[in-house]
Amino acid sequence: MINYIIRRLLYVLPVLLGVNILTFVLFFVVNTPDDMARMQLGDKYVSQAAVDNWKQQRGYDLPLLWNEQAKGLQQIQQTIFFKKSIGLFVFDLGISDNGRDIVADISQRMWPSLAIAIPSLIIGVLVNITFALLLIFYRGSYLEFIGVFTCVALMSISGLFYIIAGQYFVGKLLALTPISGYAPGLDAFKFIVLPVFIGVIGGLGSGVRWYRSLFLEEASKDYVRTARAKGLSELQVLFKHVLKNAMIPILTGIVVILPLLFMGSLITESFFGIPGLGSYTIDAIASQDFAIVRSMVFLGSFLYIIGLLLTDISYTLVDPRVRLN
Amino acid sequence: MLSLLWTDYLVFALLIGVVLVVLNTRHKAHLRRPWQKVFDNTVGMVSLTVLLMFLMIGLLDSTRLERPILLDSGQASKQTDVLSVLDILLSPIRVGHEKTYSAPFAHTAYAKEIVLDSTGQKQWLYPRLHIGGAHLSNPDEDKINDIAQKSLKGLGQALLVWLGLVTLVLFFSKDCSYRALSNGKKTLLFSLLGIFCIMGVLANLAPYYHVLGTDKVGEDVLYQAVKSIRTGLVIGALTSIVMLPIAISLGLLAGFFRGWVDDLIQYIYTTLSSVPGVLLIAAAILMAQVYMTNNPELFTTVDDRADMRLLLLCLILGMTSWTGLCRLLRAETLKIREMDYVVAAQALGVSRLKILKRHVLPNVMHLVMITVVLDFSGLVLAEAVLSYINIGVDPSSYSWGNMINSSRLEMAREPVVWWSLSAAFIFMFSLVLAVNLFADVVRDAFDPRSHH
Repeated sequence: MINYIIRRLLYVLPVLLGVNILTFVLFFVVNTPDDMARMQLGDKYVSQAAVDNWKQQRGYDLPLLWNEQAKGLQQIQQTIFFKKSIGLFVFDLGISDNGRDIVADISQRMWPSLAIAIPSLIIGVLVNITFALLLIFYRGSYLEFIGVFTCVALMSISGLFYIIAGQYFVGKLLALTPISGYAPGLDAFKFIVLPVFIGVIGGLGSGVRWYRSLFLEEASKDYVRTARAKGLSELQVLFKHVLKNAMIPILTGIVVILPLLFMGSLITESFFGIPGLGSYTIDAIASQDFAIVRSMVFLGSFLYIIGLLLTDISYTLVDPRVRLN
Repeated sequence: MLSLLWTDYLVFALLIGVVLVVLNTRHKAHLRRPWQKVFDNTVGMVSLTVLLMFLMIGLLDSTRLERPILLDSGQASKQTDVLSVLDILLSPIRVGHEKTYSAPFAHTAYAKEIVLDSTGQKQWLYPRLHIGGAHLSNPDEDKINDIAQKSLKGLGQALLVWLGLVTLVLFFSKDCSYRALSNGKKTLLFSLLGIFCIMGVLANLAPYYHVLGTDKVGEDVLYQAVKSIRTGLVIGALTSIVMLPIAISLGLLAGFFRGWVDDLIQYIYTTLSSVPGVLLIAAAILMAQVYMTNNPELFTTVDDRADMRLLLLCLILGMTSWTGLCRLLRAETLKIREMDYVVAAQALGVSRLKILKRHVLPNVMHLVMITVVLDFSGLVLAEAVLSYINIGVDPSSYSWGNMINSSRLEMAREPVVWWSLSAAFIFMFSLVLAVNLFADVVRDAFDPRSHH
């Protein structure tokens, strides 16, 4: 087991290196730092001196991969790749293009993101499973047909609609919750309710369909038929057998997204004015702050890979049939 | 004179490709059977009809003509203007502009203004619109009657056209009886009746009213929503073109050759899929923007620039979305290469490439098609979100995302300006719903597991 985990961990490194090289190519090779400086300072009418100054302030004035002027190890160390990209591995994200410490920003902003993401996930999973079980319970009836059609209809509605309509009806017309904003501590509750509610509703269509297909697969297996033949009631079959056995794909499906909860939701956070990592990223994209976008790309990939790793490990823990090689 | 943009060429190339595939399928019984199942399914046929209508509008909008601009005197000037066939068809609602917002079917403007009345007195009132209800002398009383009359006329015309079509269909059918028509054809006819009715009513009302109101600069919202159809379709279709060759070739290679080829390809798609999609797209679009601002000479007109950006967006979406299909195809190929007929082919000395082409590829095509249709709706929805963050299509081009983006603050106005948002959402919803329902039917028909 330990051996397996270590081997999986070692596999993470080349993938992270790949992500690192990808971001490096995207941000520094496709367009040179000169181009970025011009874009930031205002297109063509910029003097070379201003561009050099901008680059020097942000440490973009080094060669990309190989420093001819330096000596020894410095030839590799005094380069953009070493300073900007290798640092990501030890979470030295550096400072943003407008001079703020990215690590400090992130560690401060991840809490509001989590405050939205965790309740949305828990309530969402519970609600989805409930509806999916209901659909399975009434399978073959018109109720199921209507339910499945509603799921497809809910899936076809843009996520933006849920947010805008929710803000308008709940926030403005009924005035039950504030339309947007955030407050630290326990005061956050009233600001969190609406985004969480909308997050749950927005994920309902695809979620219920996904869980329904999981349950359907279990419900067609032999042990379910045996359980019915024994004379168990339909409810007992559903809860004692189908739900219990479907827990493996459900749990592993949740584990894979757990680490990504830190990243927050881009759209929800920017609509509701929540100072989390999602709106941080959006702001960085809007103000074209390349340093932050680069850091978030790396952080996001790192968390995704951790999620995959956790899934693999949890599979081996939950299901003894999964072999470790 | 035709004057096409890059995406137009690709759209037509894709259309020709699809037509060739359809012609090819007609002769193959094993491919016709699942399609027959799709056509016999009521939901499948209705959604297919709606999709085809959207497709028609998209194609009309892709056929761009270069025409001389007509001067007020009626003579053609030397300057030319590029309009799509759809623009020309929609001339009544494209040309007529109001000053600013106006509600659907309104005859007065959204905001009060100082107006000089007939006696030269200044009055503070809601001015009449240029187009909306301008033909009525006493709109407060006559408007409802007028709308009802025009709608009925539209319904009548639609019914006439439809009856003509039915007669034509019956005339060419085997024994000229409605009952003998296949289920699919009946469904098709009734879905067409619905579409004709909507179009008939709109065609009669649109020249006289802004059916979905006007936006901030007074442009007709219905026109914007219809124009946006092309953008949505192009994003869904062109992204698939970019994605398919990569996903199919890499997926088959990885599954068939195993060994280091498999390791390498797996490594590539794990790396790519581990980058959060939105961020990768954002990074790529940011870089494209930098490139475009530094090389303005490559993009001469606004249309060129917007078109290039649309193409780039499709390219980037394609590059980020092939990993899922690739993984699926690799797993399927791993299974197929152990099948008896593949082993037999190998024993007979058939070359590997030929085995891939003859025996593996045709057996994974159903997965490819299901994935393409399923991904299509996701891409249409993604466009709206990306445009909202300003990393989607060019702000100057028509798209539902841009409509939502430019009108999201209007819900805070008093009275609420709801029509722009609603129009974008309704159009997007009907396209995505049609695609989703169609995808479900296609999956049921093609998935071998669903037979038992």
